[in-house]
Amino acid sequence: MIENLELLIDVCLLTFLLLIVFAAIKTTNLFVATMLFGIFSFVTALLFLDLDAVDVAFTEAAVGAGFTTVLMLSALRLTGAFENVKHRHSVLGLFIVVLTGAALIYGVADFPNMGDANAPVHLHIAPEYIQLTQEKIDIPNVVTAVLASFRGYDTFGETVVIFSAGAAVLLLLGMGHAEPKHEPEQNLVLWVVVKPFIALILIFGLYVQFHGDFGAGGGFQAGVIFASGFILYSLVFGESYARQVVPASILPRFAALGVIIYGLTGLVSLLSDKTFLDYNALSSNPVSGQHLGILLVEAGVGLAVFSTVLLIFYSFSGVNHNE
Amino acid sequence: MIISILSDICLLLGGILTLTGAVGLLRLPDFYSRLHAASVTESLAAPLLIIGVILDTGFTLDSAKLVLIIVIMVIVNPTITHALCRAAAHGRISPEMESETEFSGKESK
Repeated sequence: MIENLELLIDVCLLTFLLLIVFAAIKTTNLFVATMLFGIFSFVTALLFLDLDAVDVAFTEAAVGAGFTTVLMLSALRLTGAFENVKHRHSVLGLFIVVLTGAALIYGVADFPNMGDANAPVHLHIAPEYIQLTQEKIDIPNVVTAVLASFRGYDTFGETVVIFSAGAAVLLLLGMGHAEPKHEPEQNLVLWVVVKPFIALILIFGLYVQFHGDFGAGGGFQAGVIFASGFILYSLVFGESYARQVVPASILPRFAALGVIIYGLTGLVSLLSDKTFLDYNALSSNPVSGQHLGILLVEAGVGLAVFSTVLLIFYSFSGVNHNE
Repeated sequence: MIISILSDICLLLGGILTLTGAVGLLRLPDFYSRLHAASVTESLAAPLLIIGVILDTGFTLDSAKLVLIIVIMVIVNPTITHALCRAAAHGRISPEMESETEFSGKESK
């Protein structure tokens, strides 16, 4: 009964996804398309939640539905709300798309069944990670252990990717500056409601950052949540005030600092005759060394993600749209 | 026993309100009345559904978090509706009226 119910929910959510995709393709209003993409991300997050991937669902909801939507809306301020109507139906394009789709569907046939205990991914390395997490790292959330410790290299790569994305946006668009005449209208209801909520959002961001060892969360989600507090402030009270709280010029430095914290943590262990990012070197007790290492690394990730997200938002919304 | 019946009532009422909200969102004529229909779903149906779940699971740490979610929803959703309404008025969307003279606000298109 319960399994069938889960299957039913999965089928419903996947059908939703299909419908949303078709609606997003059909519409020519870019605002509508942006909102549809936001809904798409939320439904995807629900789907991840149904698959018990809480951390991934969290990231999808924070980044996909929250931040990307705000970013798209900022971009729409620069491009205008409607798609350039240019309906050219290319036969070659259709052929390539159908071919690729057919190949993908053909590939799905070789997949193991969903939830199959004998699937390769469950036999090869996952059991070792689960066992080693209890023995060597001693934190409840295996995802954080895998992300920050076992696969610390990969996460370092991801952090660098995020940093370079921020740097690329900065090079293309520049920092911009807030114009006082673009201040949002003064709205007492929004002011009163938003003010305490910004505090709540920031506290929640800190909770997610430092609670990542025990529950869902970690540096990536916390960075986005923390930045969204500032983005909300900027949207409601005006961007020039937000730029007074967090000046745009320090954000690239913060982003670099996050990457440097991560890298230095690895370098410290390298200098004490261990491999790169082996946190056992950080303390005389290996387990507390692991705890310290994960804390530092997550702090680096959180700082880098927070600064990059806010940086991209500033860049997009600060572009001069007079020309 | 009584609690489980109460929870069922809450869930049922929440479901009905969600349904009426969805129908209203689809069928009502203009932006403002649709917003009104959607706000019914947000401000009443969702808290009712969550209360039903809380009654069903009993009072644990999880239900405390759910209570927090209710508080946030009850404060945030009317604010969002308000903001959307202001944005629509700002974008010069005028409500549909039976006779145009009754609307004393901006000039209707």
